[in-house]
Amino acid sequence: MTKPTEKLELFEVFVRSKRGLDHKHVGSLHAEDHAQALEYARDCYTRRSEGVSLWVVKSSDICASQEDDADCFYDPNDDKPYRHATYYVLPDPVNNM
Amino acid sequence: MTPEEQNFLRKIEAEEKIEPKDWMPADYRKNLIRQISQHAHSEVIGMQPEGNWITRAPSLRRKAVLLSKVQDEAGHGLYLYSAAETLGISRSEMIEQLQTGKAKYSSIFNYPTLTWADVAAIGWLVDGAAIVNQVSLQRTSYGPYARGMIRICKEESFHQRQGYEAMLALAKGSPEQKAMAQDALNRFYWPALMMFGPHDSASAHSQKSMEWKIKRETNDDLRQKFIDQTVQQIEVLGLDHPDANLKWNEERGHYDSSDLNWDEFWSVINGNGHCNRQRIEHHVAAHEEGEWVRDAMAAYNEKKRAKQAQNAA
Repeated sequence: MTKPTEKLELFEVFVRSKRGLDHKHVGSLHAEDHAQALEYARDCYTRRSEGVSLWVVKSSDICASQEDDADCFYDPNDDKPYRHATYYVLPDPVNNM
Repeated sequence: MTPEEQNFLRKIEAEEKIEPKDWMPADYRKNLIRQISQHAHSEVIGMQPEGNWITRAPSLRRKAVLLSKVQDEAGHGLYLYSAAETLGISRSEMIEQLQTGKAKYSSIFNYPTLTWADVAAIGWLVDGAAIVNQVSLQRTSYGPYARGMIRICKEESFHQRQGYEAMLALAKGSPEQKAMAQDALNRFYWPALMMFGPHDSASAHSQKSMEWKIKRETNDDLRQKFIDQTVQQIEVLGLDHPDANLKWNEERGHYDSSDLNWDEFWSVINGNGHCNRQRIEHHVAAHEEGEWVRDAMAAYNEKKRAKQAQNAA
């Protein structure tokens, strides 16, 4: 008997839509191993030429920050507006440097 | 020509990016490693001349801005080392090449920062010149390098503006402050122009790099772009232009300017600038002083692994 799908490993799928661009997360799927995940990802996420390259990563290998903690997690950056170019007011003739 | 080579050249021709797992000529790889690691080293060594002024910045605001900028440079070094690593060279090999002088970094960072105005001039001129180069490199043919450049350009837009703002404050300040600004401009203008490298005719790697679209514009074209864009910026500051021979050339649609002191350029590249030895000694010292941190991290990881193994048993 085969394993029920949810007993299989969960993989996250990333697609590069065009050469030169970053891979973007598009979704996830269950598969037995990496090779199978890659084939499933091709059949599931790139049926309409969505991409030129696929990455599959075990979901359990992804360590993610908690969105609920976003306030304190990103807090050190919130009071640093001077990291943005728009913070500096320059005379009009040279403002588009 | 092998099919792999044909396919590689077809991609270059069609403006497609080359990605890490693609076949590429050995010289393309070598050229890229040289250029990207040199670029990474420049970001990292570039922290030193500005870091020199963090504790002496004239206000808390300027200090926070400078800290932020230097922090960005460290991050940019990291992006670039990572991009180079995709080509099969390790971080420690690159550090070794830097510390033994086998790899170069931008000569501009071998000039000392004598006054606060030098920090302003670096942000405005040195980052300004770097941006001209890096905007062009956003279209480089190697994918990871191109994407790194896009990220860096986006983050770096504040570097030049904060420098110019600091320069403007000095130029509109007391006569002493204005003189300090003029002095910094006079000293940093020429080395900033040298950042674009030797004349195209004297540039060892240029031709192949242009063919392979690693470089998208020639040294002289990029330098001209920077010369042209800087003229009005100097005018608005109310400072004198350091180049007495600067003249608008109607026919070319560009400014004509003095030739650079190439003896100085080669001399600094070959190790005889004001700060070459100091920069590398400092890098080596910082690296060695960081040894205990790396050891502590390894020891902690070991301890954690042992504990996990124990819990699992």
